Amino acid sequence: MSTATADIHHDPVESNVNYLNSSYGIRSWLLTVDHKRIGLMYLAVLTFMFTIGGVAATLMRLNLVEPQGALVEPETYNKLFSTHGIIMVFFFLVPSIPATLGNFLIPLMIGARDVAFPKLNLLSWYLFVTGCGFAMFAILSGGVDTGWTFYPPYSSLYSHTPVVIMALGIFIAGFSSILTGVNFVVTIHKMRAPGMTWFRLPLFIWAMYATSLIFILGTPVIAITIFLLALERLFHVGIFDPAIGGDPLLFQHLFWFYSHPAVYIMILPSMGVVSELITAFSRKKIFGYSFIAFSSLAIAVISFVVWGHHMFVTGQSVYAGLVFSVLSFIVAIPSAIKVFNWTATLYKGSISYQAPMLYALGFIGLFTIGGLTGLFLASLATDVHLNGTYFVVAHFHYIMVGGALMGYLGGIHFWWPKITGRMYPDMWARIAAAIVFIGFNLTFFPQFVVGYWGMPRRYAVYPAEFQFLNILSSAGASVLAVGYVIPLIYLTWSMRYGPPAGRNPWGAKGLEWTTQSPPPTENFDVPPLVTEDAYNYAYAEAPHV
Amino acid sequence: MSELAAHDAHAHPPGFAHQFEDTVQQKEAGTLGMWAFLVTEILFFGGMFTAYIVYRSLHLPGFVIGSHLLEVQFGAINTAVLICSSLTMALAIRSAQTGKSRGTIIWWLILTMILGAAFLAVKFTFEWHADYVNHIVPGAYFGFENHAAWGANAPYVQMFMCFYFFMTGLHALHMVVGLGILTVLVIMTSRNKFSPEYYTPLEISGLYWHFVDIVWIFLFPLLYLIGGRYPGS
Repeated sequence: MSTATADIHHDPVESNVNYLNSSYGIRSWLLTVDHKRIGLMYLAVLTFMFTIGGVAATLMRLNLVEPQGALVEPETYNKLFSTHGIIMVFFFLVPSIPATLGNFLIPLMIGARDVAFPKLNLLSWYLFVTGCGFAMFAILSGGVDTGWTFYPPYSSLYSHTPVVIMALGIFIAGFSSILTGVNFVVTIHKMRAPGMTWFRLPLFIWAMYATSLIFILGTPVIAITIFLLALERLFHVGIFDPAIGGDPLLFQHLFWFYSHPAVYIMILPSMGVVSELITAFSRKKIFGYSFIAFSSLAIAVISFVVWGHHMFVTGQSVYAGLVFSVLSFIVAIPSAIKVFNWTATLYKGSISYQAPMLYALGFIGLFTIGGLTGLFLASLATDVHLNGTYFVVAHFHYIMVGGALMGYLGGIHFWWPKITGRMYPDMWARIAAAIVFIGFNLTFFPQFVVGYWGMPRRYAVYPAEFQFLNILSSAGASVLAVGYVIPLIYLTWSMRYGPPAGRNPWGAKGLEWTTQSPPPTENFDVPPLVTEDAYNYAYAEAPHV
Repeated sequence: MSELAAHDAHAHPPGFAHQFEDTVQQKEAGTLGMWAFLVTEILFFGGMFTAYIVYRSLHLPGFVIGSHLLEVQFGAINTAVLICSSLTMALAIRSAQTGKSRGTIIWWLILTMILGAAFLAVKFTFEWHADYVNHIVPGAYFGFENHAAWGANAPYVQMFMCFYFFMTGLHALHMVVGLGILTVLVIMTSRNKFSPEYYTPLEISGLYWHFVDIVWIFLFPLLYLIGGRYPGS
């Protein structure tokens, strides 16, 4: 039935039973407690939500082709950018890598049979789907026009849209994040295989641990804030509304106390993925393991004390602004440490350019641009000019799309053979990665320029002199859309027709590659015993593809 | 292979879940999980406490008027009731730990439930009813007799009452959840699920119960005792 893990050089006799075919039927999925199936169920829901958010973005870009708005009324435009932001942040990017790859990989990477609380894990999925249901209901009953930030009084006094329903959706989905965070922290603390010490953990695990800390410490605050906002709307009492004694700035403080760390919820998992990809495709031990591991924790901690840089121009005191500015510069340091360590890992590596590596390299470049432009915004004087312009939009899309999403796609491609047991056509994957990279830069680089020139975000119309750059940006969005559709097609195709991948198609290190593809329900035939450091590529086998 | 077979053949105690290697690991995981969850709860209440404290410092006169409208005797009684319920909860866990009979454990659990229910009864039927009669529930009929006397502070008195109802309401919701958990524990105990070797659900539910008590220990002085209620102060 099984072979010793040392024998992976030879094709072992594989069992035909794995987590995908051990049981059939819709009940066996909806009632599963298997972390791998739950990860796939998240993947399905997240792909759907990403499509909704992407459609909203496409309509926005179409509207901005003409200065006076080519497609929709300004009120509809408000709803489009709100829908795009809310869906992409709360219902796609925040759960994206933790819920799919994190769920699938954490037990495999640490040599456990499952997460610590499998039923809680399933409950998290149901909470998330319920949250998505509320959000979809709010969108279908007209959509909200508050922006993803829900600032009062836009969200309290001046909005006549289903804000409470949308808020409830975010509230419920937030509890999915909280419970996932608790589950991951306990799993990483208590479920590691014998010999899997903290400093033998793959860096993806360190990144997921740091992310889980932010889930635990940040998400409850946004939940209670959204709750207070909903109570204010429902009962017409003054909490954030200045007309009856409330303070709208308090909402912004509480909102950004979560929502700035949430940026790191989105980017840290991608950093973890990139750490895995860079080493696997450079065939070299990672440079500065402990620096990368601790920089993840440093980011998680420092991210909680920088929220004020979103509020430089809102009437926050200048002294608070100074402190937040300095702290924001400090949080850039651990991110820079990671970039330097990745590039040092590439140095004299034996690099191959399969599709996941293209995403990883794209990540490093785009994240660097996104991170450095963040420093422009962390500086008080330049932020006064750039705040609320397309420069900010471009900056965070370089982080969120160029960073987080590229890491997500790279991770999906890298572990797809493990998830499905099948290979996808690598040439198509490389073409798609190139299209995504080109389309992304074409979409968002012009926004830096147009934002620097002073075009404000969130307007349905703009002065005619900005039209050329907006057309470039909209054209780039179409290219980007093509880049997202192609993987959807060939990945779906490969689930049925792809050639079998074998245990370790990339010749990568890590416990997840020692078990069969797809893994059996219990993950490992023999409980693993870890005797070496992570990324010991000096003794790695050659790739099979 | 042999290890796996040994794992499957090993006779597991009741309540043992397949993903763990042994009961020690399971107990540690359950305990750490509850502590991590309680951290999220602290942050959850923390957001509301922060908002309360910010507004209290900005609008102290209004908050003092609001605080003096509350029925402090009910809050004081409830504080005593809750502290007693923490004791009975701890005694239930202690009984399981030292191998006392099922009946003893169930007795302490039910006593805890009675105290918890008494808290909610005082809160909902006496205290909130009195608040309603006295027109200090925020809304259209809020404090209409006293608006003139409060003057410019009136909006902040109402804001205080909002926070009072939100914070104690959220706390009461946690009490209701706690009563549900205790019900499950009573059923599990009656089915003989616990032993001196395995009583983790009792122990971590106790953590939750004590946490909800501690929240009240902070709520009581914050809401009821500000601005000096004693004669001469």
